[in-house]
Amino acid sequence: MLTLQCPYCGVHAEETELHAEGEAHLKRFGPGSADEDFEGYLFMRENPKGVHFERWRHSNGCGKFFLAARCTMTLQVFGTYSAQTLEPPQDIKDKITATYPGWSWREFS
Amino acid sequence: MSKAVSALQGASFEGFAKVEETGLRGMITLRGDLASAEMAAAVKAATGADMPALRKVVTGDKGAVAWMSPDELLVVVDYATVNNTVAVLTEALSGVHALVANVSDARAVYRVSGEHSPDVLAKLAPVDFGKDAFGAGDIRRSRFAQVPAAVWGNADGSFEVICFRSVAQYVFDLLKVSAEKGGEVGFH
Repeated sequence: MLTLQCPYCGVHAEETELHAEGEAHLKRFGPGSADEDFEGYLFMRENPKGVHFERWRHSNGCGKFFLAARCTMTLQVFGTYSAQTLEPPQDIKDKITATYPGWSWREFS
Repeated sequence: MSKAVSALQGASFEGFAKVEETGLRGMITLRGDLASAEMAAAVKAATGADMPALRKVVTGDKGAVAWMSPDELLVVVDYATVNNTVAVLTEALSGVHALVANVSDARAVYRVSGEHSPDVLAKLAPVDFGKDAFGAGDIRRSRFAQVPAAVWGNADGSFEVICFRSVAQYVFDLLKVSAEKGGEVGFH
């Protein structure tokens, strides 16, 4: 069972109170962008065994979207943070580095 | 205008805890910037209560205000005065970006009372109802079995559950089954 703390209402919500909303930190490429960028935005997703960044919604709760960093293999949660961020906060990156030195995920490491 | 009735018109059930539908209740969804002075003044004018803190309910002389999300409050008043309260809130928030919506008839409210009422709720929602985790003045939005609901603790030790009116019968049946004699847990 996955338990994530919602950064907006502080509730330690277990999985059934949340809804997974796909990958975090997607950069949108809209009309007028290159075909490869548009394809990447629409279809290309990370599917790592290990460190992963995801978007979640506290759907049976305050209803807010937030981002979470966790390990898909061990279900270790490194932290949750506001969805209004362009990259993971440094303290979460540090926590990941403590467990997985040399990790990388897309452009973050 | 036709006579307003609540979803289950006061249905009740007595098991090891008592479950009853509380009848008509005035409820107003209030959205906006909770940190703003206008919002605090509007809440004060409408209910006499201060702005609630994170996941808290504050009761004033005219009603109660519950924290629902970082930009949403639930104002609970008597059904008879709800239109008046909407007018007061709308007037107080006329200059700012905010939403005031009367949702009284879209919801159902249940009271669960009795010594072991936390057990009734704990069977249905993934929430810690322990005495030091949840009590009077706390509100928690979660799910009850398969539907969203919110629950808050009253000063007398009872709990009140609100859900959408469309699932009123479902939630009442859930609470009924959960409170049935023979189903005591004795944990809380």
